[in-house]
Amino acid sequence: MKITPDQPPTLTALDRPNSYIGRSVPRPNLHRLTQGRGLYVSDVTLPRMAHVAFVRSPHAHARIKSIAAEAAKKLPGVIAVIAGAQLANVMTPWVGVLTHLKGLKSAPQSPIAVDVACWQGEAVCAVVARSRAQAEDGCELVEIAYEELPAVTNPETALDAKTPVIHASLGDNLCFERKLDVGNVDKAFAESDAVVETTFVFGRHTGVTTEPRAVVADWNEGEQRMTVYHATQAPHMMQDLFAKHLSLAADQVRVLTKDVGGSFGIKVHTYADEMATVALSKLLKQPVKFVADRIESFVTDIHARDHRVKAKIGVKQDGTITAFEIDDLTGIGPYSVYPRTSGIEANQVVNLTGGPYNFANYRAQARVVFTNKNVMCQYRAVGHPIAVAVTEGLVELAAAKIGMDPLELRRRNLIADDAYPCASVAGLKFEQLSHHESLAHLDAMMNYAGLRAEQKKLRGQGIYRGIGFASFIEVTNPSAAFYGVGGARISSQDGATVKLDSQGGITIHSGVTEQGQGTESVLAQCVATSFGVSIDKVRVITGDTDNTPYGGGTWASRAAGIGGEAAWQAGKALRGNVLAVAGSMLQTTPQSLDIQRGVVVDKATGTERLSLDELARVAYFRPDTLPPGFQPELMATRHYVPRAWPFAFTNGIQASYLEVDTDTGFVKLLKHWCIEDCGTIINPQLVDEQIRGGVVQGIGAALFEQCHYDERGQMLNGNMADYLVPMAAEMPDITCGHVVSPTADSELGAKGAGEAGTASAPACIMNAINDALRPLGAQALTDMPFTPGKILAALGKV
Amino acid sequence: MSDHALDVSMTVNGERVAERIEPRQTLVDFLRDDLGLTGSHVGCEHGVCGACTVRVDGQIVRGCLMLAVQCEGAKVETIEGLSDSGEIADLQAAFVARNALQCGYCTPGMIAAAQDLLRHAKETKRVPSRNEIREHLSGNYCRCTGYHAIVDAVEAVALMRAGR
Repeated sequence: MKITPDQPPTLTALDRPNSYIGRSVPRPNLHRLTQGRGLYVSDVTLPRMAHVAFVRSPHAHARIKSIAAEAAKKLPGVIAVIAGAQLANVMTPWVGVLTHLKGLKSAPQSPIAVDVACWQGEAVCAVVARSRAQAEDGCELVEIAYEELPAVTNPETALDAKTPVIHASLGDNLCFERKLDVGNVDKAFAESDAVVETTFVFGRHTGVTTEPRAVVADWNEGEQRMTVYHATQAPHMMQDLFAKHLSLAADQVRVLTKDVGGSFGIKVHTYADEMATVALSKLLKQPVKFVADRIESFVTDIHARDHRVKAKIGVKQDGTITAFEIDDLTGIGPYSVYPRTSGIEANQVVNLTGGPYNFANYRAQARVVFTNKNVMCQYRAVGHPIAVAVTEGLVELAAAKIGMDPLELRRRNLIADDAYPCASVAGLKFEQLSHHESLAHLDAMMNYAGLRAEQKKLRGQGIYRGIGFASFIEVTNPSAAFYGVGGARISSQDGATVKLDSQGGITIHSGVTEQGQGTESVLAQCVATSFGVSIDKVRVITGDTDNTPYGGGTWASRAAGIGGEAAWQAGKALRGNVLAVAGSMLQTTPQSLDIQRGVVVDKATGTERLSLDELARVAYFRPDTLPPGFQPELMATRHYVPRAWPFAFTNGIQASYLEVDTDTGFVKLLKHWCIEDCGTIINPQLVDEQIRGGVVQGIGAALFEQCHYDERGQMLNGNMADYLVPMAAEMPDITCGHVVSPTADSELGAKGAGEAGTASAPACIMNAINDALRPLGAQALTDMPFTPGKILAALGKV
Repeated sequence: MSDHALDVSMTVNGERVAERIEPRQTLVDFLRDDLGLTGSHVGCEHGVCGACTVRVDGQIVRGCLMLAVQCEGAKVETIEGLSDSGEIADLQAAFVARNALQCGYCTPGMIAAAQDLLRHAKETKRVPSRNEIREHLSGNYCRCTGYHAIVDAVEAVALMRAGR
């Protein structure tokens, strides 16, 4: 391909004379990253800094009988060896519950295990030393005596009376349960012409961020202040949690987040070893650094998607969907993760299943149980990949059963594009979606009819290709309904402060964070447009709780839609303030002026009146020349939170074209398409790259990724040689298309796009594999990941 | 420093370096921790992810699979050196224009691997296909982009360098 530079777009309602909305402007922070001049937390070193390494439980469940640390303490370079009981004096434990997930319960979790270790990999003892290597040498010398306890590893039997209870204080191993019954499901199934019932299994997998989790905590005893350099998505949330559990005031904690080597939801949780690092810094009165190595990442970064869903769909012969029923069971490890809880994914499965379709009868049950494996929590597209695979898997199996084209069955059931606003059968509120327009766009873009003809022709030659689809909805721009109403101190609002410097440049301070998705570009585009300057005059500062407005950070596809709107409004407010100064200087009304391309102009004629650096010069250095009593305000702050809708739902549809080698079971991905509707597109290139990256993450789940555990709770493949991730050679080119249905809740109208790819790709791949193998009479594959072995088994070849 | 430490001399980005090095220290840890060259990243420490890719005597290597003491007399080039010499300026510009990086953690290694492909392509006077680019980069893990944009950027530079 040849790279074509960004071009100004055709005008939309949001356009001002130098609009950047809808333009693929390059990200300003990329230059330093391509030169290796970023600043990741793993790069940070401070004076007097020590390193911590952890001795981790080799057992899934064990009583800690004794810890012998003398030999380790004598090692040169070792500063301290600290066990859980000692750290309990510095940091209070936490419990991951939310009141709006009724009945959800969990047990107190400590930074380092006290008395009992509940999963293989849980930190049991910390060794702090002058270097990481010395700390690891120290860990080798710590002798811990364990009494191994029975491990609960099978969610199916976790609630049985004879299964041991992991936390006696909770009474049983049930973390959370939800039931929903709408309409008359039994009657609907009885009246259906065809019913398909199957079980979907999702492989437990994890984020594998390229930079492992990293934290440098610096307690300054003289200042009584904690500064934490933290690779996190949510600096203000972590500030609040560090303060709370160290019994400090929030203003005694500063969280700094610069470059982060990938997040995807992995870095938005409370990790015991990171909390321990912060507590150790306070205890030892010196900076302490912890960077997880890859082996630690696999057994401590949150896992996700370990769900088994028994599912059923009913359809009429004309394709009408009559009912869905699901029974979801998920094992989340020994603790509900703090503060977002580990009940959200199952809750999302209940909410989202069947979401794109118009049907009246739905019954769902979800049970979330404790097990002695690593904890599970929210990972990119939380619950969506499960709900979409269940829904779309059933839809294509039903289509095959009644002999209807899978796109045609969707056309007959997707909620009509003119039916909005409306609610789903599970009660989700939709402002405006575009399922049918998206489907039509996809049909044309991929040349569906042509591909079907090619598929048929190749089958005659013994080549088995499959086409699979998956419609989806995606939760974005969450309001307080997601976490705040349940008591979590997680901000759904976000703020931006915009100021004019003494040379006419603009600085934005924002509460959302940059994790590589391009937030800083999006914020700059919003302010450059609403204020009226060239984007190269705009600098963005994020990731510093001392210096940014209070905000939630980056998660649930909120940074552009919420942080972007706050920045847009702040830019507008500053324009008003600047024009007030200009009006005063030019002795005219501010309403007759505008700022265009960095110059104050006459609004009606566009005639240049005053440069911004001249305005700033007068306001900052010669305010004595302004009229008495007039005070310039060259800094403005605005906040935004969605209020009209609990979530800004987006929608779309993906398609996969692939070939299955029926002798080896290998799947070759030929092409992938995604049409999505994220409302106003601020930066088309960034949206497409979110989609592509997300699709590939979903493909990983469908074909490769699984954390394998044995029955004793030992993770068997916790390294990158045995845990497979998508690499360049196996991935297809991905074509993106868009439908634009802006949300009226904000002026920008932008919704999120970060999770659409991951939400629907696994379902798509599953449906395409089953489509390829259907003529061979293979049993439908519903157990992810679809490894060559499983495919050969479905073909009856092994 | 243990009794086993060795005196090692090498050239790093054109500078002569003489240090006393523990035999167990990997090249990437030496570059990052001792020389402060943090552009080379540590991703997996077992030779799979490619984030630590650097060039030693003209060949790209995994900085986590080579020991620093093995570099006695060697010419080591990291992303910092490749950047400052201008050798990869077109690749860097293409990565920026095409948004072929998101978090950027894999990027120094990815660009080093891409430059390796393009140097060899120049010697054989041919432009690598998209599949060949994908194959060559398949030792470098990127979680963010899905690879499509990276392949676009490398392909664009391959064509540009071939004068097309």
